[in-house]
Amino acid sequence: MITLELFLNAVVAGLMLGGFYAAVALGLSITFGQLDIVNIAHPTFVILGSFVAYILNQNFGIDPVLIGVVFMPVFYLIGTTLYRVYYVSFERTGQESLSGLAFFFGLMFIIEVVLILTFGVDYRLVNAAYIGKTLHIGFLDMPFRMLVPAIAATIMTGAVVLYMTKTFMGKAIMAVSQDRLALQLMGADPIKVKRIALGIAIATASLAGALLIIIQPVEPSVGRLYIGRIFAIVVLGGMGSISGTFVAAILIGVVESFIATFYGPSWAPAVGFGILLLTLAIRPQGIFGRA
Amino acid sequence: MIKKVMSPLRIIAILAMVAVVAFAVPAQSKNLKIGFSMALTGPLAGAGKAALIAMQIWKDDINKKGGLLGRKVDFVFYDDATSPSKVPGIYSKLLNVDKVDLVVSSYGTNEISPAMPIIMRKGLVFMSLFGLAVNDKFNYDRYFQIMPAGPIPKDDWSRGFFNLAMAQSPKPKSIALLAEDADFALSAVAGARRHAKRLGMKIVYDKTFPFGSPDVTSVMRAIKAANADLVYVGSYPGGSVGLVKAANELGLKAKMFGGGMVGLQFAGIQKNLGPMLNGIVNYDFWVPEPTLNFPGVKEFLKKYQAGAKGKGVDPFGHYLPPYAYAYLQVLGDAVTAVGSLDQKKIAAYIHKTTFTTVVGPVKFAKNGEWAKTRTLQVQFRDVKANNIGQFNKPGKRIVLYPSSVKSGSIKYPYKQ
Repeated sequence: MITLELFLNAVVAGLMLGGFYAAVALGLSITFGQLDIVNIAHPTFVILGSFVAYILNQNFGIDPVLIGVVFMPVFYLIGTTLYRVYYVSFERTGQESLSGLAFFFGLMFIIEVVLILTFGVDYRLVNAAYIGKTLHIGFLDMPFRMLVPAIAATIMTGAVVLYMTKTFMGKAIMAVSQDRLALQLMGADPIKVKRIALGIAIATASLAGALLIIIQPVEPSVGRLYIGRIFAIVVLGGMGSISGTFVAAILIGVVESFIATFYGPSWAPAVGFGILLLTLAIRPQGIFGRA
Repeated sequence: MIKKVMSPLRIIAILAMVAVVAFAVPAQSKNLKIGFSMALTGPLAGAGKAALIAMQIWKDDINKKGGLLGRKVDFVFYDDATSPSKVPGIYSKLLNVDKVDLVVSSYGTNEISPAMPIIMRKGLVFMSLFGLAVNDKFNYDRYFQIMPAGPIPKDDWSRGFFNLAMAQSPKPKSIALLAEDADFALSAVAGARRHAKRLGMKIVYDKTFPFGSPDVTSVMRAIKAANADLVYVGSYPGGSVGLVKAANELGLKAKMFGGGMVGLQFAGIQKNLGPMLNGIVNYDFWVPEPTLNFPGVKEFLKKYQAGAKGKGVDPFGHYLPPYAYAYLQVLGDAVTAVGSLDQKKIAAYIHKTTFTTVVGPVKFAKNGEWAKTRTLQVQFRDVKANNIGQFNKPGKRIVLYPSSVKSGSIKYPYKQ
């Protein structure tokens, strides 16, 4: 039975879940949506972020969100280095479509295996004072385990949107996917622009991973469960649109929450992908994509 | 003269005999190979790797005693990556390329079922590790399953949960059923559904949720809104953790909560959930209660805990490892008793024998399941925060069912 209490709680739970999805999809929105790089290993970088948060949280008791933020520069450097390898090996020779995809597949497995060999396969979790507690406002229940990741994800997305729209480099990143030659004529180096963009994309995985391990236990291969969902969010939002990715993530989160609350949780992914197909049929470029 | 002529012939004959013996001896003493696939990566790898440690302890133990049939035992195994689609290929390779002498299963229902057709075609004895009701579909008379689910596995699995519930006063009248969308969890909840109907309970919620769902808060909210007396869940580690946390965050008011939640048996997860576990009644197979102190189990766990250090697996190994050791004990004892690798004779021997193992006496029913259920229902009690060591001692998981190994009484309702 649909009551106002259940209805509003489903909306709030969906917003929080969607916020977390946005954090995971944000990096892919940059690489896939703006750079046209099919970084299928992105969820694995998110898991890497989870393990970094796990190590420092368990050994030093540091808050996982703080760890995620502090390690963003390290992940940024990983991203820029990764782009150098990708550019020299594939993009420069025009082999990025299939070979590049294989490269990221391989990278995904390598990172997974390294994590397995280093940490084993047991489930890992973090501790934080707010995990297990709930913010009650009237009849609204907001577990901090979901609320904190949603707030952190929103701030991160806002920061990236600001960077993309207010700085020269941000605008260059958005331009590089549209017209590389024109960008060169404006005096910008597309290789450098892409390198920075991939750095930013991988940097977001540091925080996204920390948020993930707050929400659920993590083992090295759990990232695979997110591949389909986050690609769907990026496409639904519109290729290249970070705001669109955020809106799409919120939409998928709210729809999943509604379906889980009122119909049957098993239908949630099917309905989410159904919305994707419907949107693409009506608006092939996605919600915020340019025609 | 004759003597001189005969000598080289004699030498050749002796050399020939030596050669025959030299080649024959290695052939007879060729190591006995046991083949299997195992989930060493993927979502079930935590259990799979722990099982492998236990199996290697058995291999070392049996080889110290001289092996099986006078031959040292070797393992040939491949990682199935918790992917059922890889399992048939692995067993084909084990049997046709590696030419293993015996096979045992991987861990878990989803990984056991795909191996069955090829095992049955070859007529092999198949000891399996924690498959729920796999043989219901195959009716294979050489299949033996070590998890103590019982002769009617789907129903026996949750029988204890319902027996406990119906012994309370007033009796619970309604139930919510929730299953994660994968084979084992669906089977466990199917059995619970039959019990609920048999007992005339009102099923107020009966849903499944996708495997690996990142957040189940909305699911738990819907269950809470259904206001059931009992909440029976079949889930895997990620889902189990999410549901326990959501139940605490939202203040679930059920009288009993738990049932078939995988993951709550693992020390790392227990430590993280801490006091959130208190009151939950869930299945288990071995806990450090005095009623389950079978001969050899403590010695085995000591070896396991030493072997598990630094391997990123469950440090205590209560749940699965003793059974991973025991299913090889059964196979080894049967091969030794039969004195050959004749699969028909081995199967017949396993059917008629009660085995002494580290998980206690094991007797199989006709369908290869345990002749009598010993699926424990345990209740978490007095669990403190951030203390993993507490779970290696008695008093934290009280055995409520079955009565033969009961170590305490239920606290009901689960949350006051």
